[in-house]
Amino acid sequence: MNRLYGPLDDVAGDAGHVEHPPRVGFFTDTSVCIGCKACEVACKEWNAVPEDGLDLLGMSFDNTGMLGADSWRHVAFVEQARVTGRQDPGFAGLPTGPSGIPETAGAVEARLEAAPRGGSELGTEPLPPGRPEPQALGMPGFDRPGDLTGAEGRTDFRWLMASDVCKHCTHAGCLDVCPTGALFRTEFGTVVVQQDICNGCGYCVSGCPYGVIDRRQHDGRANKCTLCYDRIGDGLEPACAKACPTDSIQFGELDELRERADRRLAQLHDLGVGEARLYGRDPDDGVGGDGAFFLLLDEPEVYGLPPDPHVPTRDAPAMWKRAGQAAAAFLLAGVAAFVAGGRR
Amino acid sequence: MGSNMAEAHPVGFQWVMEAKARGARVIHIDPRFTRTSAVADTYVPIRAGSDIAFLGGVIRYVLDNDLDFREYVAAYTNASFLVREDFADTEDLDGLFSGYDPDTGTYDRDSWFYEGTEPPRDDDGDRAKTFSEPFQAGASGAGIDRAAEAERDPTLQHPRCVFQVLKRHFARYTPEMVERVCGTPQEEFLEVCRAWTAHSNRDRTTALVYSVGWTQHSVGAQYIRAGAILQLLLGNIGRPGGGVFALRGHASIQGSTDIPTLFNLLPGYLAMPNVSHTDLDAWIADQRTGGHKGYGYDVDAYMVSLLKEYFGDAATPENDFGFGWLPRIDGDHGTYRTVMDMIDGKVSGYFVLGQNPAVGSAHGKLQRLGMANLDWLVVRDLNEIETATFWRDSPEIETGEIVPERCRTEVFLMPAASHVEKEGTFTQTQRMLQWRTKAVEPTGDRRSELWFAYHLGRLVRERLAGSTQERDEPILKLAWDYVTEGEGVWVEPSADDVLRRINGHDLTTGDLLPSYLGLKADGSTSCGCWIYSGVYADGVNQAARRKPHTEQGPYDAEWGWTWPMNRRVLYNRASADPEGRPWSERKKLVWWDADEGAWTGHDIPDFPRTTPPGHRPPDDATGPAALSGDDPFVMQPDGKAWLFAPHGLLDGPLPTHYEPHESPVRNPLYRQQGNPTRKVYGRPDNPSNPAPPEHGSEVFPYVLTAARLTEHHTAGGMSRQLPYLSELQPALFVEVSPELARERGLAHLGDAHVVTSRAAVQARVVVTDRLAPLRVDDRVVHQVWLPYHFGHTGLVSGDVVNDLFGVVQDSNVFIQESKVATCDVRPGPRPRGPALRALLDEVRAAAGITVETGTRIATSHGVPHTEEGS
Repeated sequence: MNRLYGPLDDVAGDAGHVEHPPRVGFFTDTSVCIGCKACEVACKEWNAVPEDGLDLLGMSFDNTGMLGADSWRHVAFVEQARVTGRQDPGFAGLPTGPSGIPETAGAVEARLEAAPRGGSELGTEPLPPGRPEPQALGMPGFDRPGDLTGAEGRTDFRWLMASDVCKHCTHAGCLDVCPTGALFRTEFGTVVVQQDICNGCGYCVSGCPYGVIDRRQHDGRANKCTLCYDRIGDGLEPACAKACPTDSIQFGELDELRERADRRLAQLHDLGVGEARLYGRDPDDGVGGDGAFFLLLDEPEVYGLPPDPHVPTRDAPAMWKRAGQAAAAFLLAGVAAFVAGGRR
Repeated sequence: MGSNMAEAHPVGFQWVMEAKARGARVIHIDPRFTRTSAVADTYVPIRAGSDIAFLGGVIRYVLDNDLDFREYVAAYTNASFLVREDFADTEDLDGLFSGYDPDTGTYDRDSWFYEGTEPPRDDDGDRAKTFSEPFQAGASGAGIDRAAEAERDPTLQHPRCVFQVLKRHFARYTPEMVERVCGTPQEEFLEVCRAWTAHSNRDRTTALVYSVGWTQHSVGAQYIRAGAILQLLLGNIGRPGGGVFALRGHASIQGSTDIPTLFNLLPGYLAMPNVSHTDLDAWIADQRTGGHKGYGYDVDAYMVSLLKEYFGDAATPENDFGFGWLPRIDGDHGTYRTVMDMIDGKVSGYFVLGQNPAVGSAHGKLQRLGMANLDWLVVRDLNEIETATFWRDSPEIETGEIVPERCRTEVFLMPAASHVEKEGTFTQTQRMLQWRTKAVEPTGDRRSELWFAYHLGRLVRERLAGSTQERDEPILKLAWDYVTEGEGVWVEPSADDVLRRINGHDLTTGDLLPSYLGLKADGSTSCGCWIYSGVYADGVNQAARRKPHTEQGPYDAEWGWTWPMNRRVLYNRASADPEGRPWSERKKLVWWDADEGAWTGHDIPDFPRTTPPGHRPPDDATGPAALSGDDPFVMQPDGKAWLFAPHGLLDGPLPTHYEPHESPVRNPLYRQQGNPTRKVYGRPDNPSNPAPPEHGSEVFPYVLTAARLTEHHTAGGMSRQLPYLSELQPALFVEVSPELARERGLAHLGDAHVVTSRAAVQARVVVTDRLAPLRVDDRVVHQVWLPYHFGHTGLVSGDVVNDLFGVVQDSNVFIQESKVATCDVRPGPRPRGPALRALLDEVRAAAGITVETGTRIATSHGVPHTEEGS
């Protein structure tokens, strides 16, 4: 039994569900995502999640910013000066100068730093209206106008899109620290928060290694993806997966999804996309594997995902052990003090 | 190409991704790197407005390297037909074809005809350009008298055969020239050529997808022609996996061209009569030509059945089935002409249904000024859109050009039921009708379009009852007897009944017709739209079929219903060789079954069922009976696909690269700069930015293009009111490359304004590597892009991007050039109020713009085409 960390074959059983359906989850294959955001809209429509702010973030086509109480799906858009596998981005031979990505990232970063909550309210508060001064950087002189190809001319480019969601961890940090029982493990092995029980203490927010769960501003209660608990109980797939036109978001039994993901990964590697990798698929990772896992085309940090997430309870035995040792030592020291004092 | 399918058609794009998963290679050719490019195997940059040069280059590559599907081309196209001796190509006349008249800006097209054929009696290019006649020929093909008897050279060697004419026409569209014109690096271009040709043969087919990025140009129809020529040369038409896919822009915009709202068409692409058609026979004679082959010949049956549907028992053989009650075209009544007529005080009322011209049409200001000069305006929409509020919140209020207190237009806003609040069919891109049931009752005063049209007709007829005026007769004679549902006066007309009437009835038995093949010209059948006949075959609503793909074959013939006759691939006779055998096992679709003596296959054969492959018709045959066994193009008067269009187009028998009306560069290919027949409206309220060789083009140095985002719907009427969509794209922005940002001092997320001679539009700057400068004819050309969804109502608002565009049109179909113009981009917010007018005056003066600018459409002749009195 791995109650606190590591692989766990029967999460629902472990949570006390005697007879229960197989564990379900999402496999999000970001290599076929077209960034339509239908998942975000379908999720909000089905779950009546409120609007999350009408502000242009300047982060490519991402105006949601991040997952939060009012955004249970979030499509990240990443413009990068590199290529995917054998994809031809088509910019070779054009009269280009250096990439604009560092400048745009800088402009967004300056605004993020000015955001009062350090960016966690992205999509909920308008960003400061500051307008950085236009910078006329000028162009180096060349014989032909615009003839800037060569060392500094940008050629490599790709545009990554990925729909993020609650991971429904095998060992869910949010659930483990919830003092009220508002968060619970369903018979499908998913993790759901019950708003009518939540007291808004916010422990779950710091307990989530992915920064997913969040409290709603107006009532302080925790909110996150339920994996459409009310739909899957009726044999329907979650709203986001249903709406996804390209099957980037795939819903199903977790064991089958993992096999499917392995096949897709092998296929992409065969096609020369060596950078493809699975994220959250490994039951030996810091959360015992995710119920919602991903196929990524770059390091997780690129998509705003933590590289090595682990559930806080993973360290609990060691912490308790150390605490116990410390307590024992303290006790021993106290006793010794008395003993020593007694001799005086 | 000309399509951002992943963003504008994300649901349909699932099939592209499916094909990609099965090994298909996806190439995206576009001015900007979009969400489509992101998942394509190859992205190829191109300058907006230069696609014909690109396609012409691929055509030349095919012909130069003998990569065409020669058996297909020789048998199924007009490649072997000889063109008249007096035909002169653009190569001979520096960008003009023979027959050009600089005074009218039109062609006398006689010299384009086949050797041995006679041009029609009264071919009048000038009138055609006014009436949009070529488009009307859509259904039956442009007529060519005795076309099938034209001289031919089956070896394709004769210097005047179409194949050789084609070769000469595109001889200078070399990879070097493509690079000069399009800015596409040669290697990228050649990669497209290699991929396209390597995957087009007996065993392989390539599909070509386009959208309004191709159509909305002053050479729009010829863009499509270029794509069709290429796909024909490569044998990609009528075969599975091939084709030219025109992606439509709305849920049922295909349906609204099939059963049209266009001034020059009747249902099923029948030509709207014009003033020369004194009676039905005159109209029929005009649609037909000697030796006319195929189904276009039977227009008499289609028209009479339509008249029987319109007028019921009132349509009799004695009164020409009521043909005289149809309207007659007497001039240009296209949407833009109509708007100018509003400004000129010639139009008093306007119905706007499901459209938001104040935002969605080119030259938004012209639209709004036109609507401000009406007596009444009816707007039916889901929300109170800009077209209904222009009189109080348009940009012209700030500038004083519209004063609410003095705007005389009375606006009636009628709330419309949404697609889930009514039933009926949608016709999608694939020509498939799908029946939709009503999910919820409409709330409040919302009503269906059927309800509105039915009761409007009912009330007008009640008002006119008893009238003896001749002009009221057509309305009073209409068979306005639809089946209705519910009680009382305000009943709901039955959509099911309307679909039955569209399908048509045998009036002698009252039975629903099985297909258009049963339509008669004697008044014994009725049919609301001949190409839709069969949608209610066997008394079953075929459009409502929803058999899962797991329970049927690869073509899913029992899902919905596709016109005509539930055929999934048009002209699929071409999927078999001239002897009727599939070109390959891998690509078999329909074939001749000699034992059965009939065509058969996976799809409904698009050919007379029992006409064998080797059939040769008698000389005096007409219509379907005149088709030879190897005439797959059954709607063409000669049964062949037209590489060279001897008739039917006003701007040339072959596509030719012309620069857009507004371009920063001189045409590198010809002396002739732009389309010499394009429709220009030289008026003070419709200025053009100068294009070379005119002076002043440097004031607007950048190429401007506009398109959609996934997150919004066209003019925003259905998305800017919805929080879940508005938050995903909350502001108008302009995309610029890092290079242009540096050149113009534009900061990411800062404000900028885009300026043309019509308007200045403010937008937030988005600097992105997805746009790159191009080298065009040895100079660097920057392109800027904006989404056009924003307006002044709704949760999110912004300036109207379409205000930047002027009105200039393709001469064939009157499509406006709203996918390319020139502009300037300046940092900071735009001036407002009187200062805005001052800015526009200033740029117009700087560029030397007059009412004549851009109207000298024939570069060598210099004849301005301005409106009288301007």
